[in-house]
Amino acid sequence: MAETPSGGPAGDPQGERLPPMQLLLDNPFLLLFIGVAVPAVLYTIWGVMEVAQIPVAQ
Amino acid sequence: MANAAAFRVCPETGLKVCHHAEILIKANAVVAVVFLAIGGLFGLLVALTRWPAVHILPADLFYLALTAHGADVLLFWIIFFEIAVLYFASAVLLNSRLAAPKWAWFAFALMLVGALMANVAVLQGESSVMFTSYVPMKAAPHFYLGLIVFAVGALIACFVFFGTLVIARQERTYEGSIPLVTFGAVTAAVIAVYTIASGAIILIPTFLWSVGIIPHLDSIMYKVVWWGMGHSSQQINVSAHVAVWYAIAAMVLGAKPLSEKVSRTAFLLYIAFLQLASAHHLLVDPGISSSWKVFNTSYAIYLAVLGSMIHGMSVPGAIEAAQRRRGLTQGAFDWLRRAPWGNPAFSGMVLSVIMFGFLGGISGVVLGTEQLNLIMHNTLYVPGHFHATVVAGTTLAFMAITYLVVPLIFRKEIMFPGMARWQPYLFGLGAMGISFFMMGAGTLGVSRRHWDMTFADAVLKFEYPPAAFLMMGLNGISALLATLGGIMFIVIVVGSVFFGKPRDEAAIKRNPVIGPSGGAAVSQYGGEATFNLPGTTILVAVFFVSFVLYYFINWKYLSEVWPLR
Amino acid sequence: MAITPPENRLWWNEPLHRMEIVWITIAFLWGVVMFLTMVYWHIAGQQNLSNEAYRVKPDAFAAKAEAMVARYKVREEGDSKIPVVRPPAGGDAYLIARLWEWWPILELEKGQSYRLHLSSMDWLHGFSLQPTNINIQVHPNYEMVLTVTPTQSGEFAVVCNEFCGIGHHNMLGRIYVVDRK
Ligand code: HEM
Ligand SMILES: [Cu+2]
Ligand SMILES: [Cu+2]
Repeated sequence: MAETPSGGPAGDPQGERLPPMQLLLDNPFLLLFIGVAVPAVLYTIWGVMEVAQIPVAQ
Repeated sequence: MANAAAFRVCPETGLKVCHHAEILIKANAVVAVVFLAIGGLFGLLVALTRWPAVHILPADLFYLALTAHGADVLLFWIIFFEIAVLYFASAVLLNSRLAAPKWAWFAFALMLVGALMANVAVLQGESSVMFTSYVPMKAAPHFYLGLIVFAVGALIACFVFFGTLVIARQERTYEGSIPLVTFGAVTAAVIAVYTIASGAIILIPTFLWSVGIIPHLDSIMYKVVWWGMGHSSQQINVSAHVAVWYAIAAMVLGAKPLSEKVSRTAFLLYIAFLQLASAHHLLVDPGISSSWKVFNTSYAIYLAVLGSMIHGMSVPGAIEAAQRRRGLTQGAFDWLRRAPWGNPAFSGMVLSVIMFGFLGGISGVVLGTEQLNLIMHNTLYVPGHFHATVVAGTTLAFMAITYLVVPLIFRKEIMFPGMARWQPYLFGLGAMGISFFMMGAGTLGVSRRHWDMTFADAVLKFEYPPAAFLMMGLNGISALLATLGGIMFIVIVVGSVFFGKPRDEAAIKRNPVIGPSGGAAVSQYGGEATFNLPGTTILVAVFFVSFVLYYFINWKYLSEVWPLR
Repeated sequence: MAITPPENRLWWNEPLHRMEIVWITIAFLWGVVMFLTMVYWHIAGQQNLSNEAYRVKPDAFAAKAEAMVARYKVREEGDSKIPVVRPPAGGDAYLIARLWEWWPILELEKGQSYRLHLSSMDWLHGFSLQPTNINIQVHPNYEMVLTVTPTQSGEFAVVCNEFCGIGHHNMLGRIYVVDRK
C-alpha cells in the first residue's frame, strides 16, 4: 500500500500537511519509543547509577 | 489475507466485530473475573484478620492470604481484563480483524499457566513473600517462574494489539486518526511494554537466584527495577480505566471529548512521565540522592498529574456537554441529577471518576511527596491509597464496562437487573470505606502487612491509639460491604454469561445499551464552545480546593515530627 | 465520539474551550508549586531524609553496634536482657534490625542530636517510630546514617513495618527519650 507524501493514512485526502504534533500522536511506534526511552533513562538507568555509587564504609 | 477473518456486524453499534477478537475478549474477561473472585475472597479474609475483634486467620495463613490477594487481584484480575480491553479497543473499535489470533491464544495460555503456577506456589505455603517478593527473602522458584511466564504472555498480547493497529491502518478499516478510547489503550499498551521489560530484567535473575545459579542480589537494586514493573503496572491501570471512562460516557450518553487535542495530549503526558513515579517506593530508602527522588517522584514536575487533572475535567465536561445538548440546561447540576443513575455502567463510571480523583489521586500525590512519605511509608495509608485507585478506580470502572460488554460482546441480557442497579453503589461504598479507614489507621501509624496490631506476643509492649482499632473495625465492616458488592457482580456476570437470555432484536429495542447518540449534533465539533459548563467548573474547583488543603495539612503534620537531617 | 475516529481530520488545530485553558494553566502551576515545595523544604524544612549511606557487611555493622553497647550500656531490660545504651549526645547511635528484633534499646536525651546508623543483618525491615510516626526502610548490606533530634521525652516504640517473615508482627524495639539533667 503506497504511502502518501504526508504519511500514509495519516495524510488527509486534500493532501494538506498535518501538524507535527498530530503526526506524533497518530504514530503508535513513536509513542512506544518515547514511553520506553524516557523512563528507562530517567528512572531506571539514573536510579541504578545512584545505587551503584553508594560508597563502601571504612 | 492470511487469516480469512469472519465478522459479524453489531446491530447496536454498527461496528464490525472480528470473530477471533470476540472470543478472545470473552476468554480473557471470564478468566479475569475468576481471579477477581478468588482474590477478593482472600481480601475479605485479610481484612477480617486485621479487624482486631475478629482476627480470623492464624499468622502464617494471613501472610499467605495477603500474598495471594495481592497477586490475584492486582496482577491477574486486572491484567487479564486489560488484555480484553486492548483487543476491544483495537479490533472492535477499528472494525478490523485481530492480528495473529494464534499468538493471541498462545499469550492467553501462557498467562493462564503462569497465573496458576504462581497461585500453586503461594498456596503450597513456601512463597508467602508478598507480591513484591523483596530479596533476599526467597520464594519457591516456581513462584518467580509463574510470574515470568505470565509476563511473557502479556507482552505477546500487547504485540497482538500493536499488530492489529498496523493491520487496521493498512487495510484502511477506519478514516483518519484512531478513536480516543483506542488512543488510551495505546497509552496503556506502551506503558505495559516498559512494565514488562522491567519485570523481565528483575524477575529472570531472581528466578536464577532462587535456584542457586546467581549467588547474590542487591536489595536496593532489586527495588529500583522491580518497581519499574510494580508501579508502572498501576499506570497501565490508570490509562486503561481513563479510556474506559471515555468509552462508557460515549456509549451511554453519546458524550464526545471536549477536545481531542487536550485529551490526547494528556495521554501523551502519561506515556512520557507516568512511569517515573515508580520512585514513590524508594523515597525512604538509603543512599539514593534527593535529586533523583524529587525529580522522579514528581513525574518530572507533576506533568503526569497534570494529565490526570485534565482527564478529571474533560470526562465530566464531556458528560455535561452531552447532557446539556440533550436539553438538560437548567441550573448548574440538572444534567447530573437527571443522568441515568439506574444504569450500572454509568453509575459505576461516575463513582470511579469521583473516588479515583478525590480519594486516590490526592492521597497518591501526598504519599508520593518526598518528605511527606516519611510519615506514611509502609503504614496502612499505602494500601488505603491504592484501594482508592485500583479498587474504587480501576476495578469499579472495569465492572461498569462489563455491563456493556455482556450485552454487546457476549450478546446476553443482564440477569437480575434490579441487583445490577445497586451493585456499583454497594461495591463503591465498600471500596471507599476500606480506602478511607486504612488511610485513617495509617495516619495513626499502623503498619501495613501486619498480623497483630496489639503486639500480644512481642517481647516489648506497645499499643496503637484506640482510634486506630476503631478504624480497623470500620475497615472490616467496609470489607464486608465491598465483598457483598463483589459477590453480586460475580453472580450477575456469571449468571448472564452462562445462563442469560440471548439478546435478540426485541431485547435490543426494549432495552438499548447504546444511549441516544444525538446523531449529528454530537459529532459536530464546536458544539461545546457554545455551552458553558458551570457544573464541571464547580466540581473541578471543589476538587482543587480539597487537594490544596489536604496537601498543606500534611506538611503541617510533617513539621511536627522529630527533626531529621 | 470517543469510540469513533475524530470527525475533524485536523483535530489538532481545533480551538480550545476557555475552561480548558484556564484549568490546564492552574493545574500546571499547581504542579510547579508542589515541586518547589519539596525543594524549598530541603532548604528551610527540618525534616529531610539523609542521603548518607554506605555499603557494609552485616558483621562489620554488628561489630560497630556491639562496640557501642560495650561502651555505653547503662542497664539491661526484660527476661531476654536487652541492653539499654546511652550514647553520648551528638554521638553515634547504632540500631541493628534482625529477625525479629531491634537491638539494642537506645536512650537519648531530648533536644540533643544523634547520628543514627541503621542496617539489617538479614532481610528488609521497616523502622517505624511510634507514636511519632517516622518511617524508614532498612536494607541488609547498607548502612544509612541520619541525624535525629528527639523533641519529646518518653517511651517510643520501633515497629517493624516491612514484612520480614513469620515473626514480623513481634519485631518491636524501643527508644527512650529522657529530659536533660
Ligand atoms: C473485597 C474487596 C477487597 C478487600 C476487602 C480488600 C482488603 C485488603 C486489605 C485489608 C489489605 C491488607 C492491608 C495490609 O495488611 O497490608 C489489602 C491489601 C491489598 N489489596 Fe485489597 N482488598 C480488596 C480488593 C482489592 C482489589 C480489587 C485489589 C486490586 C485490584 C486489591 C489490591 C490489594 C493489594 C495490591 C494489596 C497489598 C498486598 C500486599 O501488601 O502485599 N484489593 N486488601
Ligand atoms: Cu522486621
Ligand atoms: Cu517486619
